[in-house]
Amino acid sequence: MQTDLLQEARRQSEICNACRYCEGYCSVFPALHEERFFTDANLTQLANLCHNCRGCYYACQYTAPHEFDLNLPKALAEVRQDSWESFAWPAPLARWFQKSGVMIALATILGFAVHFLAFRALGSSGGEGFYAVLPHSAMVAIFLPAFLFPLLSIAVSLRRYWQATDGARVTVTNVVDAFSSAAKMKNLAGGHGDGCNFEDEDRFSHTRRLSHQAVMYGFLLCFASTSVGTLMHYLLDLPAPYSLWSLPKLLGIPGGILMVAGTVVLATLKLKADKNLGAPSAWGGEMAFVLLLFLVAFSGLLLYAFGNTAVMPAMLAIHLGSVLSFFLLTPYTKMAHGFYRLAALVRDAQRKAAG
Amino acid sequence: MTTHYDIAVIGGGNAALCAAITAAKQGAKVVILETAPKAYRGGNSRHTRNFRCMHSGPLGPLVDDYSEEEYFEDLLKVTDGKTDEKLARLAIRTSDECLPWMQEHGVRFQPSLSGTLSLARTNAFFMGGGKSLVNAYYRTAEKLGVKAHYEANVTHLELDGDRIVHIDYTKNGKTERITPKAVIVASGGFQADVDWLTRAWGPPAQNFLIRGTPYNRGVVLADLLEQQVQSVGDPTQCHAVAIDGRAPKFDGGIVTRLDCVPFSIVVNKNAERFYDEGEDVWPKRYAIWGRLVANQPDQVGYVIIDAKSLNLFMPSVFPPIKADTLEELATRMGLPSEKLRGTVDAFNAACSDTSRFHPTELDGVATSGLTPPKTNWARPITEPPFYGYSLRTGVTFTYLGLQVDENAQCSTTDGLIQNLWAAGETMAGSILGQGYLAGFGMTIGTVFGRIAGREAAAYAN
Repeated sequence: MQTDLLQEARRQSEICNACRYCEGYCSVFPALHEERFFTDANLTQLANLCHNCRGCYYACQYTAPHEFDLNLPKALAEVRQDSWESFAWPAPLARWFQKSGVMIALATILGFAVHFLAFRALGSSGGEGFYAVLPHSAMVAIFLPAFLFPLLSIAVSLRRYWQATDGARVTVTNVVDAFSSAAKMKNLAGGHGDGCNFEDEDRFSHTRRLSHQAVMYGFLLCFASTSVGTLMHYLLDLPAPYSLWSLPKLLGIPGGILMVAGTVVLATLKLKADKNLGAPSAWGGEMAFVLLLFLVAFSGLLLYAFGNTAVMPAMLAIHLGSVLSFFLLTPYTKMAHGFYRLAALVRDAQRKAAG
Repeated sequence: MTTHYDIAVIGGGNAALCAAITAAKQGAKVVILETAPKAYRGGNSRHTRNFRCMHSGPLGPLVDDYSEEEYFEDLLKVTDGKTDEKLARLAIRTSDECLPWMQEHGVRFQPSLSGTLSLARTNAFFMGGGKSLVNAYYRTAEKLGVKAHYEANVTHLELDGDRIVHIDYTKNGKTERITPKAVIVASGGFQADVDWLTRAWGPPAQNFLIRGTPYNRGVVLADLLEQQVQSVGDPTQCHAVAIDGRAPKFDGGIVTRLDCVPFSIVVNKNAERFYDEGEDVWPKRYAIWGRLVANQPDQVGYVIIDAKSLNLFMPSVFPPIKADTLEELATRMGLPSEKLRGTVDAFNAACSDTSRFHPTELDGVATSGLTPPKTNWARPITEPPFYGYSLRTGVTFTYLGLQVDENAQCSTTDGLIQNLWAAGETMAGSILGQGYLAGFGMTIGTVFGRIAGREAAAYAN
């Protein structure tokens, strides 16, 4: 990891530790105030625990033009970004995608192309519905590795994170604690429950928290929809397409709508927010990732709406292409944040249990 | 085009905002003239962290009770009786209705901070500190139609008979004149005007550090005093504490505080001790050390501790100077090393049984036969590495100010000024003749800010 970024986070953390006014905002400060000297392990953990709610920045009496020049959300965002790049496996992929919207866009276009080429090469083997365009076996051949490889990669990264932050053996209580915090997105609620500061300077609002949760729960619903569909296909011999009142559709349609709405709001907020309170160099990559999520959800809904028309094959290529690049890029884009945040919350649960 | 305002509030900190909000809620058209730029708005309030509040039974973040009598006794102890009992009791008694009012207007509280448990019963901490309080009040005020002008330097209030007839201020290099019906002065003390401090204190004041805003230069206070508006307080009295000598000249705020004095010996530049470092628990002695250091040569002190005390106090913003021997530490700190060795040896020899040492209680672990003695926490300084901090006098705010009555109204020798009120640090000298009680400045600002807003709006309407 980059020592200059760690050193700046250390300098700022030492000032915060002498002040402590922000103790109630989020999980970062109680953890920070327990230390007296900040190791790289402490700073990596604090950086991943920070949800970038920005409450501390707007409350801070030492932000520029003050000579102490505090901007803790930025200092931690830079360390966090750097930690993801250094823990990624294989590492160069994270360097390509974390910061670059262009690279994400190119990967997505490549995803479309793979499907158009596959349709042309394999598309006439006599299945029905979507499978008339691309046989089920071909879809599995593309998506099974595209699903398993990122999982393996994330597992390697989290193991590295755990070693770097001196994590202990994980207990069920730790995990329950972390998941309940993430489920409510407690760290974007502000200690007072008024929300966070993001799109309009020091005004507290729940907009970012709620839109994040729309995307997160929407994504989980879509994921559940795909999983149920897979089970129905293999266990019950019930292949797609499914009717409106089937479980995959009942999960998938609301999930898609939540993701579309959530990503649109998140992208809008991101345009309004001050770039300099995050890692400015990663802005493009983050924005492209939100748009990719939007594309995944929106193309899925379009596919449902126009599945019986002549545009279906093109829709299918766009949807499957975006899903493919989304999966493959998971360990190397902002999507990785979900895994690191959970790990940091588990690690913080261990700290609280020990204290 | 000049807009007409009913009320002009001079200053942009807690007292000014409480006054502006209260007056605007009563229908008055209010303008705030804040001399600082937006980034530094809020005066000293942006550096504060809590509000001392009377209460019977748990209230907001506060536990147990804190009665009017106990509160008043605490005030008597720190001021040595130099207070105006009527105004002091008014501030104390009104403080408990202020807390819910503050919440209604956007202020959020949090439990007592780690390292400050001794204040959990008496002081309600603002979540995010004073700047977040200031931010919330500006949001609330703007919603009520209050106009805030930043970098608006008020230069003169024209007093004609018993009325203020106009206000002159400069903004963007231009001089403006407004004629509000009523005026509220809430622009703090004069501590950022080092020349004025020097006139009051003499040359030592040149070496003082100013803990808060550089914008409280007392321009309006001086202007009103020149026009014979009644004043209160002694120009040499102020809230002054001993802070890290490496702190910036202005605006260092809370992080420059050093809590290690009770576990140390403190010497002057000649490496001589000058006061009992263990007289009482630090929160009770914190506010006298500013004056003690101010009375030493070059207005500087040096705290010396050893390895066993390093983790007994809150960390501060600058790391201590560290050395393996006392002689090396002396050299690094610019102290005569033989002299320091002698002072430490004499101190160590005067220490006796330290088995009852208890860092958070008066433990009675004292020196014997030493002048000045150290009456608690006296443990020999023997364990390397040795650590040192320099100490300087840090002024928070001055007490010379405007005298007010229980309606926060100002007067001349001829009687009340019909349309002039004052709130906050600029009138706190009425209540704080000397000494300081943590969180009481915000109480005075909130109570008298609201009173001034109420009275000014009633007059303007």
